[in-house]
Amino acid sequence: MSGPSTGWEIVVGLEVHCELQTKTKLFCACPNAFGDEPNTNVCPVCLGLPGSLPVLNEQAVELAMRIGAALHCEVRSSSFHRKNYFYPDMPKDYQISQYDQPINVGGYLELPDGSRVGIVRAHIEEDTGKTSHRGESGRIHSADYALVDYNRSGVPLVEIVTEPDIRSAAQARAFVAELRGVLVAAEASDARMEEGSLRIDANVSVRAEGTEQLGTRCEIKNLNSLRSLGLAIEHEAARQVAVIDAGGRVVQETRHWDEQGGRTVPLRSKEEAFDYRYFPEPDLVPLDPDADWKARAAAGVGMLPAERRARLAALVGSPTSQQTDQLQAAVDQGLDDLVVAAVEAGAPAGLALVRAVNELAVDLVAARALDPGSFAALLQLEESGALSPTQAKTVLATLRDAGGGDPGAIARSKGFEALAEATLEGVVRDVVDAHPDEWARYLAGDDKLAGFFTGQVMKATSGKANGKAVAGALRRLRG
Amino acid sequence: MSAREIARAVRAGERSARGVVEESLAAIAERDGEVHAFLLVTGDEARSAADAIDAAVADGRDPGPLAGVPVALKDNLCTKGIPTTCASRILEGWRPPYDATVVTRLRRAGAVVVGKTNLDEFAMGSSTENSCAGPTRHPADPSRVPGGSSGGSAAAVAAGFVPLALGSDTGGSVRQPAALCGTVGVKPTYGAVSRYGLVAFASSLDQIGPLAASVEDAALLLEVIAGHDPLDSTSIAQAAPEVTASLDVGVAGLRVGVCDELVEGTAPDVVARVQQAADALVDAGAHVTRVSVPEMRYGLSAYYLIAPAEASSNLARYDGVRYGLRVPASDVAAMNVATRTAGFGPEVKRRIMLGTYALSAGYYDAYYAKAQRVRTLLIEAFSRAYEQVDVLLGATAPTTAFPIGERVDDPMAMYMSDVCTIPSNLAGHPAISVPFGTGDDGLPVGVQVLAPALEEARMFQAAAAIERAAPAPGSGTK
Ligand SMILES: [Zn+2]
Repeated sequence: MSGPSTGWEIVVGLEVHCELQTKTKLFCACPNAFGDEPNTNVCPVCLGLPGSLPVLNEQAVELAMRIGAALHCEVRSSSFHRKNYFYPDMPKDYQISQYDQPINVGGYLELPDGSRVGIVRAHIEEDTGKTSHRGESGRIHSADYALVDYNRSGVPLVEIVTEPDIRSAAQARAFVAELRGVLVAAEASDARMEEGSLRIDANVSVRAEGTEQLGTRCEIKNLNSLRSLGLAIEHEAARQVAVIDAGGRVVQETRHWDEQGGRTVPLRSKEEAFDYRYFPEPDLVPLDPDADWKARAAAGVGMLPAERRARLAALVGSPTSQQTDQLQAAVDQGLDDLVVAAVEAGAPAGLALVRAVNELAVDLVAARALDPGSFAALLQLEESGALSPTQAKTVLATLRDAGGGDPGAIARSKGFEALAEATLEGVVRDVVDAHPDEWARYLAGDDKLAGFFTGQVMKATSGKANGKAVAGALRRLRG
Repeated sequence: MSAREIARAVRAGERSARGVVEESLAAIAERDGEVHAFLLVTGDEARSAADAIDAAVADGRDPGPLAGVPVALKDNLCTKGIPTTCASRILEGWRPPYDATVVTRLRRAGAVVVGKTNLDEFAMGSSTENSCAGPTRHPADPSRVPGGSSGGSAAAVAAGFVPLALGSDTGGSVRQPAALCGTVGVKPTYGAVSRYGLVAFASSLDQIGPLAASVEDAALLLEVIAGHDPLDSTSIAQAAPEVTASLDVGVAGLRVGVCDELVEGTAPDVVARVQQAADALVDAGAHVTRVSVPEMRYGLSAYYLIAPAEASSNLARYDGVRYGLRVPASDVAAMNVATRTAGFGPEVKRRIMLGTYALSAGYYDAYYAKAQRVRTLLIEAFSRAYEQVDVLLGATAPTTAFPIGERVDDPMAMYMSDVCTIPSNLAGHPAISVPFGTGDDGLPVGVQVLAPALEEARMFQAAAAIERAAPAPGSGTK
């Protein structure tokens, strides 16, 4: 199954939960850590013990404001509500969340292709614990018992809600990829989907192309990878089109993405939706950050992916579409700082970019640690013709593994010494002498033969000659 | 012996804390079988705490302003390692892993906790009859209630078991039993005393408050427990009010308003005592006038929406998953229902249902939101009244102690017991009940002094004057 048939438009809005990388939890002093022994990072507050009270974590507020600033939101005075429902992994049986007065409202995120996705709000709330069902089958309904780990209970989350501005599965994936970059740049979240620190629900509807009215939406839960997100949107849109084509009506409901079955299945309908009985959280006071604090938070946002791409584009000049892909890759891979530093150290920008995304990306950790000066020196050798591209790539691999070094010395140690100019001239002369007919045609203006002579020189030098140097020698002989 | 006198004698080495505590425990052993003020007497812990204080005195260290004073704690205050039940089956077997902030402060001040007192389940009630452990009886008349919900703490002080006790006051739960039992009861300004470790009933209304045999002892206890606590976000960022200093100031020039709404609908013998207290204040130099705060009439209705709404959420956590009672069933949802059905008493269930309804989609604006608007109007009305007067005076409870069983089947009659105390909770203002003679039945009457937020000193100033003028016990009104 792929997307819906022609004539239909997909409309998607996303709700993204991201865990903030604070030292401690949202309302208590327990460590906010992933992967510890179950129920070791707990206290009366995050266990919801009788008599305990929440105290808001300042760092969480600051990170939430950073996210707001990075998404061009208005950062406002806000308050907390209680969202009431029974669930065993929620120790108070209510969740403290922001409701009608969220801290961030009305922003947008611009994607690499230039499209913009509106942000409705980005509010603070607490995470729940984690339930695991135990028993023969491993399934919820036939489980013998369940275990709950409250280490995650009370971990700070920011829920980012988009406008229904997304029009394809690919755009949804691009949005999440870009958002991850933003969250990491803001040092607000590590945004790891595989560890659950970034979790996505998608509201999907379809409508006839060219119409304005939104269709009935279904909310799909449990999307824990970019792949699932894309597949689930495509399957859900196709399902809805099939329902409408068959004369039916899409029912507003919450659906679950069944990864193994490759389909969405109903969880609960609108009629069965919970009445959360929201009311203002009496244990907390309104949150009213002053202008100074908001400014400090905004200043804490690092360089955003879009700014990084623009910086590389400016170095390259007017990037080709291939270079546009390359500079996005460089930013996604965290290699743009290296490229910029290498260019500052004298490297040609285009070559630095292509070598970074093609050669260095093999080992990103080592690549990010590579000394930009060594990288620049190597690129200069390649650019000048002193090393062939093949030789340059080999030397670069060595530089990357060593974290840097003298590229000339490495080249010599590998026997990549470029042929001395005089020696090369001699070889070229020998080749010319050996092929008088071809030389005559070349002199007569058949430029294609330059390639023939270069190939012969390469053969004679076992590839040690530099193509540009050979071309130069040929031109000089032609006079 | 007053708390102040005990602490003085213990600090001076004239009496041992151990001796004081033994007397308290002996009194409890002798009479609490009848009164049933305590759910748990912590004799062993009390004795070793007393010994530690005596050791400190012997070492020349200062054990604190409440050195060796026995105190009783309402059993909705968390005590580390000691069962805390809220008089509910649902908390069966639960021992908190931490002390409430007020308990920590009491221990640091040298007070000795002798036990946990009875209450209406989760502090929901006005008679201490809604307890899973059975009712507390009025120390002066065992056929009557001590009031509630802090009835155990009030009875423990009134019976002379302890000079000091703590209760919690959500709609009058400290002041009303204090009035009925003939003790002093204080509801501090909301946020003056940390709620950390107080098992929540209605978070925006709950305040912990002192019960004592005298205004001075109540002031002493308030100074120990009040003051900012970083563990409670609603705690006011200032130090404890210095109330003991205001006790001897007198009331010359103080403007006192006898509040119509705090005497209307009140029994004639209670009204007579309020009038007598007002006259005494005039004699002491105060300017006494009549004032009206008509918005108080909506207080009870607003309270019975806001308090149950917050309670319905606060009590959700008793689901059988983590602690307390669990009634096994086929799945989690069924276990939740079975546990809550078996664990909560009828009044708690009634309020959870009321509150759940008041917060439900489609009803929120008509009930909860409207009640909050009433609260705002009431606060504004209080502000207007306090432009004319410094404190308000009225009854604490509409009647003296009523017979056990009289109101259990009539929730509205029971709720009316708090009509005079609820306005202070809704406004977040301080109020104090001071014993002032008896009613026609010979049972104690309390008069209430209300003050603006954070004006505890002014409130105690008036309370001390009323106490000085109070008729001797047993003297009639006529
Ligand atoms: Zn914690």
